[in-house]
Amino acid sequence: MNILEAHNITKRYTGHTALDDVTVEIPRGSVYGLLGPNGAGKTTLIRIINHITAPDSGEVIFDGHRLTADDVVNIGYLPEERGLYKKMKVGDQAMFFARLKGLTTKQAEGQLREWFERFGIMGWWGKKVEELSKGMAQKVQFIVTVLHRPKLLIFDEPFSGFDPINADLLKREILRLRDEGATVIFSTHNMESVEALCDNFALINRSHNILSGNVAEIRSRMGADNYRLAFQGDPQALLAALGERVSRCHISDPKDTPQGLTFNAELKMQPGTPMRDFINIANNTVDIVTFDRALPSMNEIFISTVEQANSRQDSQRSVSVTD
Amino acid sequence: MRNNIGIIIQREFTERVAKKSFIITTLLMPVLMLLMMAAPALIMTFSTPSNKHLAVVDNSGIMYDAIKSGTADMEYLTLSSVDIPADSAIQNATYDGVLVIGSDILDNPSNATLYLHDAGGIEVESRLNRIIKENIENYRLKAYNIENLAQIMAEVEADVHVGTVRIDESGSGENTSSTISMFIGFAMTFILYMFLLMYGQMVMTSIIEEKNNRVLELVVSSVKPVQLMLGKILGVGLVAVVQVMIWGILLCLMAAFVVPLLLPETIASQVTMMQTGTLDMASAAVDPEMLQAIGMFTSAAYIATLFGYILIFLIGGFLFYASIFAAIGSAVDNIQDASQLQSFAIIPILVALVFSLSVAADPNTTAAFWFSIIPFTSPMVMLARIPFGIPGWEIWISALLLYISFVVMAWIAAKIYRVGIFMYGKKPTVRDLIRWARYK
Repeated sequence: MNILEAHNITKRYTGHTALDDVTVEIPRGSVYGLLGPNGAGKTTLIRIINHITAPDSGEVIFDGHRLTADDVVNIGYLPEERGLYKKMKVGDQAMFFARLKGLTTKQAEGQLREWFERFGIMGWWGKKVEELSKGMAQKVQFIVTVLHRPKLLIFDEPFSGFDPINADLLKREILRLRDEGATVIFSTHNMESVEALCDNFALINRSHNILSGNVAEIRSRMGADNYRLAFQGDPQALLAALGERVSRCHISDPKDTPQGLTFNAELKMQPGTPMRDFINIANNTVDIVTFDRALPSMNEIFISTVEQANSRQDSQRSVSVTD
Repeated sequence: MRNNIGIIIQREFTERVAKKSFIITTLLMPVLMLLMMAAPALIMTFSTPSNKHLAVVDNSGIMYDAIKSGTADMEYLTLSSVDIPADSAIQNATYDGVLVIGSDILDNPSNATLYLHDAGGIEVESRLNRIIKENIENYRLKAYNIENLAQIMAEVEADVHVGTVRIDESGSGENTSSTISMFIGFAMTFILYMFLLMYGQMVMTSIIEEKNNRVLELVVSSVKPVQLMLGKILGVGLVAVVQVMIWGILLCLMAAFVVPLLLPETIASQVTMMQTGTLDMASAAVDPEMLQAIGMFTSAAYIATLFGYILIFLIGGFLFYASIFAAIGSAVDNIQDASQLQSFAIIPILVALVFSLSVAADPNTTAAFWFSIIPFTSPMVMLARIPFGIPGWEIWISALLLYISFVVMAWIAAKIYRVGIFMYGKKPTVRDLIRWARYK
């Protein structure tokens, strides 16, 4: 079951359309990557989910009902551009945000102490925010976001400004929250962390959802017919034997290994070529050292999908101009 | 969601009230105001003019005695009658100056000159002028040879004090002096002016700050923008109210307990007599107007009433103007960009302040009436008029209109605010604000 469904969301501002008929479905208990180039409309979508702005058309279903203002107590949002009241003390400030999310003073204080102790920052309680470093302030913001145990967590570039150790701490906390039942929406430009964390994703480009689904599924689908092969023998003979079945290939200069000269090849076969055929032909022609299906990284998927979508859109636009 | 506005108000209020600067200004301001009022008197007492020795060359022979006796109370002034030509007296450095009076002074009153080596001081000059004038008049009167002149003069002379009694609806008169009313009205107007500007801008800068350090994104994910805006206005307004109330209470306490202790007993008893209506004005030792003023400032009830009016119009005026300031603050990224848009709030406040000054001259003109009814200027102009005693319905209509206008203005401001807080970069124009207000 999905915790959140946004159906056919459209949002226009004077001069441009931020979201055009975008639909996303976010399964409960998963980590969902919200990806896309700068200015694609991600932040607008997040603001709509947070009930900060209203869409011009389309509807958002949260936990089985239409999203209302009261649902924000079940959502925790860590914006990309985030700050705290500089002159306010850390503890007072955390209490303020916790109470805005519906916690009583007593609940808020108890849970804040727990988190502050876990992060080892109890000593900051009475300090003013302006005395903290950026990274320290980010930790406080993270705690404030998750404190009220929301069903849905939205993190926009959560790791920016963190050193690797603290980024790792944060990553573990996010996964722990997911294991405890929360659903996480995770917006980032760091594709490696998408591979590491996300179960599903949506790629928003120029206000459209151009690709969405399960990370592993899409990687394997987009990686079908792609193989990585290390071999000894004659590259020309291999290519000749594969013949028409190869649509693209890249063979690196040979490396001198103890076993002899080894070539590394990346081959893309014509769609529909059975893997068994490929292995048979290769095995008959050269000595295979290693063989692997070459799954594209999220980075590659991001770039190629966005570029394709853009060039298709641009050519359509130029066609309509010549009409 | 409901009680979130309360949490916002609480934060805005406690963060400000807990500041050292607030506590210091709140307690120090009344002291400073008292000092400022007392300053002219203090300066007068502490700065006695330097000693002056004047030579008088009285060619008419009838002026010296009058001048001598007329300046007897000016201790720093020494006079010597000299019988030498004016030129040599001026050359003589033992004198600070020489007063030369022409022999034809009775026919030619301008024929008197004061030569000075350094600056003379207004007091000396004006005193000499008056004495010579009076003396000439006396001589001219005597020339008519009227019998019993001294007696006639004593009978003619009158010490005039026009006491103004305003007749209110209940028919009972209440003594008000225009000068005192003007003073009180202007003091109240000025307090309001300070508060509207100071606290209005406080709302604006605090919104700009929230926008600037991006804490806003975090807050609006839990609170509706409208709630945040109203919470901020109400929170800051509460600080202003508390400050005014503390000042009011301090002044009432001073009026009730401190001032009576400082007053000489004779004056204090006369004040009470005047308040009960048993004082015979002619027997008063002090200027009746002065007595009236003292009576007002020692009456805690009167001061409390005034502060009540201040509060009504301060709250209304603040809410109204703070809404404008909030809309402006939401639209810009930094204070510099706000300076132009701000004039939409500051100019009406200044106009109201200037107009309040002229209201003191005549509080019952048509213009004064309308300026005290129209919301932009009404809070300040109305406060300037109230001490003159105006019909109650005018006050209540003005207040009612002000509060209604706040609701309208806050509604418009909220629409601008909702869009403005997410706009970064471009410096907005008035046209942008109007467009934002029209978004559905």
